[in-house]
Amino acid sequence: MKQKIRDILGKHGGLPVPVETLADDADLYAAGLSSFASVQVMLGIEEAFDVEFPDNLLNRKSFQSVDAITRAVSSLVGNAEAAE
Amino acid sequence: MDMQTSLLDRLFDSGLLIDTGVEGLYGRSGAFEDVIARFERLIDAFGGADGAEAMRFPPGMNRAHFETSGYMKSFPQLAGTVHSFCGGDADHMNLLQCMEVNGDWTKDQKATDIVLTPAACYPLYPTIAKRGRLPAKGGLYDLQSYCFRHEPSNDPARQQLFRMREYVCMGTQEHVTEFRQTWMDRGLEMMAKVGLDVTMDVANDPFFGRAGRMMANNQRDQNLKFELLIPVTSAAKPTACMSFNYHQDAFGAKWGLNLENGDVAHTACVGFGLERIALALFARHGMDIALWPADVRKTLGYQD
Repeated sequence: MKQKIRDILGKHGGLPVPVETLADDADLYAAGLSSFASVQVMLGIEEAFDVEFPDNLLNRKSFQSVDAITRAVSSLVGNAEAAE
Repeated sequence: MDMQTSLLDRLFDSGLLIDTGVEGLYGRSGAFEDVIARFERLIDAFGGADGAEAMRFPPGMNRAHFETSGYMKSFPQLAGTVHSFCGGDADHMNLLQCMEVNGDWTKDQKATDIVLTPAACYPLYPTIAKRGRLPAKGGLYDLQSYCFRHEPSNDPARQQLFRMREYVCMGTQEHVTEFRQTWMDRGLEMMAKVGLDVTMDVANDPFFGRAGRMMANNQRDQNLKFELLIPVTSAAKPTACMSFNYHQDAFGAKWGLNLENGDVAHTACVGFGLERIALALFARHGMDIALWPADVRKTLGYQD
């Protein structure tokens, strides 16, 4: 999952540095993730994992780091599985 | 009858606003315009000594600049574009025939190079970028324009064509956030002087769609926008009459606004919704300006 998230960050994040150089807990906003790019990343993740972010996860904190995104996506994928 | 219709009806009945048959598109009486002119002089009294460079643009902007601004990413539902007839004689005949039978004659209109200005400061950024690097002390600009937002409503405080007065500051982060704080303090003081009850609150722009909800949450989380709210049609849901916006370096990066040392400029703006402030005054003090409280009249320069 983390690699998939990193791929999406590389494609939509518009980061000035390669994603590979960032640790899982590195602050993506400090690394140059803009507000608009974070929205693009959100939409990219929704498409790739076939999930929909609920309102309470549509915020900066959910996209703060690779770890944070992984936690958010895990909770959504978990919910989807539980619902099936 | 709801409160909103009732205030609008009172404004129509007193002749302060003039019905055009379209929601949010109104004429203004001389007395209404005079209130706005006097309030603008009060703004000048608070901000005039700061030495802002004044610029006035018409209510249309260069479509190319509008496209660069990214407005359609965030607010496609509010934008208004100017279209014109660009055909020949045969097209003209078709147009008239179409109108004759009440057909949709507008579908063949072609986009012009002009888009209706969505906020008074939009034409400013490309203008300043063209000049080159900002002076060492940063930049401070004074703007006022009619603005268009496509949001028909019977709330007189939500008009489709309305005036926005703005000060825009460009410089370092410290410089522009200090500018914003100064105007938040001044805004409270100004509204107290004209007898209006206000609250200051963190706010967000009406970004479009689900992506917009995230933009709005981000804007709030970072305290990028504050609004000064005043009761107009409702005490429970007061209306934003001023806004105080910190854009970080978003506009600086987008337009290539650079400080003297080459760093990307941060920007902030303070906006006055001039019609909304006038409406707040009429809602609070009544439709007859002669009967407004003496101290309010004095602040606005009315002779007793």
